[in-house]
Amino acid sequence: MKSYALFQKDFHSELRTRYAINSLAMFIIVAISVILFSIGNENISPGLTGGLFWVVIFFSAMSGLSRAFVSEEERGTSLTLQLIASPATVFTGKLLFNMILVFLMNIIITLLYSMLFAEFIIQNYLLFFLTFIFGNIGIAISSTLIAAIIAKAGSKGTLYPVLSFPILLPLILTSVQLTSFSIDGIPISEAVFELAIVVCYDIIMISASYMLFDFIWKD
Amino acid sequence: MTDFSLQAHSLQKSFGRRLVFCGITFNLNKPGVLGISGPNGSGKSTLIKILAGINSPTKGQVIHSDNGKEIISEKIHNYIGFVSPYLVLYNEFSAWENLNYFALIRNISFDKSKVESLLDQFLLLNRKDDLVKAYSSGMKQRLKFIFALMHSPAFIFLDEPTSNLDDEGKQTVYNLIKSESEKAIVVVASNERNDLANCNEVLDLNYYKR
Repeated sequence: MKSYALFQKDFHSELRTRYAINSLAMFIIVAISVILFSIGNENISPGLTGGLFWVVIFFSAMSGLSRAFVSEEERGTSLTLQLIASPATVFTGKLLFNMILVFLMNIIITLLYSMLFAEFIIQNYLLFFLTFIFGNIGIAISSTLIAAIIAKAGSKGTLYPVLSFPILLPLILTSVQLTSFSIDGIPISEAVFELAIVVCYDIIMISASYMLFDFIWKD
Repeated sequence: MTDFSLQAHSLQKSFGRRLVFCGITFNLNKPGVLGISGPNGSGKSTLIKILAGINSPTKGQVIHSDNGKEIISEKIHNYIGFVSPYLVLYNEFSAWENLNYFALIRNISFDKSKVESLLDQFLLLNRKDDLVKAYSSGMKQRLKFIFALMHSPAFIFLDEPTSNLDDEGKQTVYNLIKSESEKAIVVVASNERNDLANCNEVLDLNYYKR
């Protein structure tokens, strides 16, 4: 309930300030346009479109998800949050906000991508759906935790992708593999190992986040 | 009747090699006002943040108790009221929206009559629907007092409470310190003599430098 109230506050604040939405929307448009222009009339393999799909998702996430904590730190309202909520409430509220943002962002990316790339044809929809759900959850959890870490640092802008890359790499690589499987129409029974990696990643990241957030949030 | 107490045991704070203060020990077990004084850079704000549970000491311990039972750090924010010049409320919301969200996030009922009475006391009632970014620094400081008091905290921490306030605002704060000190433990950190006039005891940080 408290976390939901914090999410409501962030959502209301986002509607008024447009801290994250504008940068995310611009990045999605720019990233997809650049890929389209660079491909031109070339024929690319369906597997490559799956890889490029996750490249757009990764960099879009980098451009907008850090705002959850960075905006509080930049405006000086972190202290106010510390005075009204426990660390667990703050993390859950911010995670909920980033989760909604990631899903909205990636639904838009998927729709645009399907319309603009003829080679991006999914054969196994259920596998793609599961990859999409667990992949997005992993991105939201990791991005929220990394955002909390870098919010206290001086050079936030450069630190975020640098720190995110090694942490998100196992998730992105496995998600690329699973997307490739779903494009090739491989059944779920043959992709259980990769799916298990993504689910385990999510579980490990959420557990680590709640264990570490107290130390990150307080000085 | 609820009994709250605030205990500090051998508090020490260092930033790298620089020792800010050490050996601060006291026990406040009844309502009243503790003052913290000292020159600029002596660690008044650092100490008040440690006492409020916002920052951690390098050594030592702060214990907040309710009827002899220690209040755990996850719940301490429900017992704390905090005012300082570096506290920032949400500029994109109105005063009313800010206070409503604070109540929601704390999961306490939003007592409209109490909030309206506080807004009236701090002369903000007719500006309650204006965005905070349109407020003057003095009005923002007054709003912070409403934020600190709306949930009737047991521990009130005031860091330079009268900064940015006019004479009328200062008098309101002095009256408030007097009335709140009858039911809560109030800690005031300031260099202003008038701010510390109502204190039962004043802790001078000059004596805690080793």
